[in-house]
Amino acid sequence: MKTIHTLLGTAALGLAIGLTPMATMAETPANMLVIANRIDDITTLDPAQSFEFAGADVIRNIYGKLVNFDPSDLDAGYQPDLAESWTVSEDGRTITFTMREGVTFQSGNPVRAEDAAFSLKRAVILNKTPSFIITQFGFTPENVDETIKVDGNTLSITTDKRYATSFVLNCLTATIGAIVDKELVMANEVDGDMGNNWLTTNSAGSGPYSLASWKPKESVTLSANPSYYGGEPEMKRVIVRHVQESATQRLMLERGDIDVARDLTPSDVDGLAGVEGVEVLREMRGRLMYVSFNQKHPELSKPQVRQALKYLIDYDGMENSFLKNWYVGHQNFLPKTYLGAVDENPFSLDVEKAKALLAEAGVENLELTVGVREAQERLEIAQSLQNTFAQAGITLNLEVGTGKQILGKYRARELDIYLGAWGPDYPDPHTNAGTFAYNPDNSDEANATGLLAWRNGWDTGGLTEKVAAAVVEGDTDKRAEMYHEIQAEFRDTAPFAIMFQLIEQAGMADNVEGLSLGGAITSVAYWDVTK
Amino acid sequence: MANFATETERRPWLPLPPWARGTLVTLSSIAVTMLGLLFVTFLIGRVMPIDPVLAIVGERATEEQYNAAYRELGLDRSLAIQFFYYVTDVLRGDFGTSLLTARDVSSDIARVFPATFELATIGILFGCILGVPLGVIAAVRRGSWIDQIARVIALVGYSMPIFWLGLMGLLLFYGILGWVGGPGRQGIFYEDMIPSVTGMILVDSLIAGDWGAFRDAFSHIVLPAALLGYYSLAYISRMTRSFMLEQLSAEYITTARVKGMSEWAVVWTHAFRNIRVQLITVIALSYANLLEGSVLTEIIFSWPGIGSYITTALLSADMNAVLGGTVVVGLVFICLNIFSDLLYKVFDPRSK
Repeated sequence: MKTIHTLLGTAALGLAIGLTPMATMAETPANMLVIANRIDDITTLDPAQSFEFAGADVIRNIYGKLVNFDPSDLDAGYQPDLAESWTVSEDGRTITFTMREGVTFQSGNPVRAEDAAFSLKRAVILNKTPSFIITQFGFTPENVDETIKVDGNTLSITTDKRYATSFVLNCLTATIGAIVDKELVMANEVDGDMGNNWLTTNSAGSGPYSLASWKPKESVTLSANPSYYGGEPEMKRVIVRHVQESATQRLMLERGDIDVARDLTPSDVDGLAGVEGVEVLREMRGRLMYVSFNQKHPELSKPQVRQALKYLIDYDGMENSFLKNWYVGHQNFLPKTYLGAVDENPFSLDVEKAKALLAEAGVENLELTVGVREAQERLEIAQSLQNTFAQAGITLNLEVGTGKQILGKYRARELDIYLGAWGPDYPDPHTNAGTFAYNPDNSDEANATGLLAWRNGWDTGGLTEKVAAAVVEGDTDKRAEMYHEIQAEFRDTAPFAIMFQLIEQAGMADNVEGLSLGGAITSVAYWDVTK
Repeated sequence: MANFATETERRPWLPLPPWARGTLVTLSSIAVTMLGLLFVTFLIGRVMPIDPVLAIVGERATEEQYNAAYRELGLDRSLAIQFFYYVTDVLRGDFGTSLLTARDVSSDIARVFPATFELATIGILFGCILGVPLGVIAAVRRGSWIDQIARVIALVGYSMPIFWLGLMGLLLFYGILGWVGGPGRQGIFYEDMIPSVTGMILVDSLIAGDWGAFRDAFSHIVLPAALLGYYSLAYISRMTRSFMLEQLSAEYITTARVKGMSEWAVVWTHAFRNIRVQLITVIALSYANLLEGSVLTEIIFSWPGIGSYITTALLSADMNAVLGGTVVVGLVFICLNIFSDLLYKVFDPRSK
């Protein structure tokens, strides 16, 4: 019903806007950036706990990290931020950072190596969901005092074994690597929570912005930090308003009440073409759309059936119709722009080939159920699958539910087929290699719900070891080559059909310059924005 | 309730005057209703096919993190114990912490309810002021062009999706004409400028004496309130019309007319007087509907009210917020019912 409403509304709006000249545009103040975005996923602004898109957007602008991405040159990879430089010990296990001098927190306290160590230890000890990003290097609440050490202006971290330095540093650019103000945070500690409760709604960073207010499901307001070491940002205030509907965001953009609209549907983006004063910013993001086949299902676990299903997907048809300019075809688990990413997309719709494979496997009259979240594009993908699967005699039933409902079943290994999206957790190839192709213990008891391979009951047949080897390879070129090989084997054998990679399209007033949405590897940055 | 009262008069079990006993009976029936409501919402929360723990820890959590959150929520205790703790907490006004906003549910509700209250109140005023006279005139001029127009207005109100109408309204009055403010309760210039006293921005800006902020807030509320008002207008005018028709065909009206009474007096002092009681119930009901059912309007207009609060909470398995919100809405229903009962007594001579 809601979809119908949205369609009706969009169609009517498009028609009416097309026919009527818009009133003269209002303008947002010159030193203020106003953004419409769905921000109802923010549950906390504590960097040790936050794990949602909108929360990461806020935190990236409030906190400095040891190493960080330059929004104007994301391809350059991690760059020095609060750490000015670093050295790696001979055995490759210890990285020693030298802190930048003269940097202060928004509170006025100096940023010290002590604060950086505190922030990392805090994340390990609090053990919230995203903590695995740094605990995968062997840090535990028991050993952090030995493994994370401060010596004057330097901080050294020692991992449990040798890892690719790029892997460790990439992980430190994630949200959880944000450096918090130890004095301020501990002054607000309650019942030994290391300030977790307080940081949920407050900020203690050294970044270009500080948090002025967060009204849940309403707005987030940031104020420029006049003492930011990189220079005070030109936009003195950034207001992110929660606006649910694409049509409404578009209207506000055309009226000039906002500068950026971040959740436009493709039809609203099309509608913006030719509107004076508005342009569209397109960036490739890290999110992949995929379907997976549960290997606990007796028929789905046959190699020919897995192959057949990959040939029963109308990749091009979807990309060129309802997903146009929204998702681009991509059949590998590493998103484009990641180290080791490849652009080989061997599968296309081939019903005859699929039928032959199914016959070879001796499978007939297969009836399957796909779990899908009630989001418009996902339902459309599911319907397309239903249609093409039927051409090879497979009945596909749709089980539609809210994200949480479907996810619960998926994690319990109860779905035949899952249709969903996966976004990388940190900007290193291991993030996706470790979820799609790594599964050391496939038993039910292992309960490795975080691993997609486990959720689909897939014993990766040797890929687990190859993934483990790639993550410790110090030579970056060789490491990339290893991911090429892993992905080649994965395309062939995995019970995953990776289909598309997301393109974010933001509508933007054409006087806004320097906005970076973060690409596939990080979050939005406001501090380079000028108007 | 009436029967119960007569019985107690025969054999008084408490040495109290009748009015006090009446109040006591009303209060205890409210208490029982609320307890029932708490029980039902609690049960729904526990049998929903959504995992509240997963909602907190996210899909990447490990088993250990999941179990820690599970215990923190008290889900390892038996249902009866959980319900007991829940009721005692609610009695203290503590609905727990919302998973989504990381704040107390009670403070969340204190923030979102005034937004809805403000919107619904202006909406119902709009609906009454236009709907009641329209219904009366339609009944009096039954079959005339004005009756036809009233019928069309009501029909559109019933059948047009509020979602579509809202977007069209935004497009026309905000997008093209620029007469009203856009989505949200305030323009960005006034964001955080008015100190919050009642939580109702119109009232708060008057208290602060900021005329500009008042005009800004009014320009934002007028469209969604008119939209809501339109939907209640459709209902109120249809009901008024049918109540009036019933009265106008009654014998006492014919008698009054035969006696040579003016048409104005017949309609307003005779017939209308007699439908007041029924109308109060209709208005109270549609007011209650506006207070809890304006979800779509709140979404289109990015209005941070209780309707969208409960809906997003429900979709995200934020059970504390859902339960808290439901209890508050239930309380509003009960209060409105009592209020309309009271008015009933005031206006209906028979109940005296």
